[in-house]
Amino acid sequence: MNLRRDVFQAIADPTRRAILVLVALQAMTAGAIASNFGTARPTVSKHLQILTECELLRQEQNGREIYYQLNPQKMKEIADFIEPFRKMWDDRFNTLEAIMKNYKSK
Amino acid sequence: MELKTKVNAENGKQDLFITREFDLPLELLFKAFTEPELVAQVMGTKVLKYESKKHGSYQFETADANGKVVLQAHGVIHEFSPNRKIVKTFEMETASFGVQLEMYEFEKMTDDTSKLNMHIIYESGALRDQVLKLPFAYGLNMAHNRLQDIMNKLK
Repeated sequence: MNLRRDVFQAIADPTRRAILVLVALQAMTAGAIASNFGTARPTVSKHLQILTECELLRQEQNGREIYYQLNPQKMKEIADFIEPFRKMWDDRFNTLEAIMKNYKSK
Repeated sequence: MELKTKVNAENGKQDLFITREFDLPLELLFKAFTEPELVAQVMGTKVLKYESKKHGSYQFETADANGKVVLQAHGVIHEFSPNRKIVKTFEMETASFGVQLEMYEFEKMTDDTSKLNMHIIYESGALRDQVLKLPFAYGLNMAHNRLQDIMNKLK
């Protein structure tokens, strides 16, 4: 697990977002993914490497080919990224409520 | 079950809204924002200064278990209308998130319940998103550390 890569930086790049949309439909090899883009194959490889390090993509060996597929669990984490912030405020307000209820009864 | 605390942060904007309904009378809810010792308990920080009045200012400082200061924050109070509204700024000296403008609106619902509407404006959309991601990143780190701890024990 490589957490040095920021998952939000990973999805900030338009090419990488396009890759995610492509593999969301079906698992694809690096070659098949690259054929959808006008950029050089090594550039696409680099994007795939970053997306894999962030666990947005998973590699699956099928015979001699490596297929890339979307990791929906990780995508869900991004969709829920605001939840920890909400939870932090919720905890803070729960504390406030508890303290003030106690304050009232004093 | 409906969430008691709601956060609304629209994509591409530089502000956000937090709303919360409290099982407390309005006066008691507001009081939590006026007394330094109550603020200290709610925020889990040491309060060096807290002047709950218009043109007042405040200073927080949080230290870790070893006494090392890990967070220093301060701000000024622009408006202080009892049981109605507080407008203040907030800035962390120990982080580079810039200054934020916070507007708190207090609302009576019933004799025993009240509502807080918070509106926070950041210097930029990018800074707002950084602040939003902070607890998320922290959570990821915690999960990673826990995993590391478990792995270390298995060694």
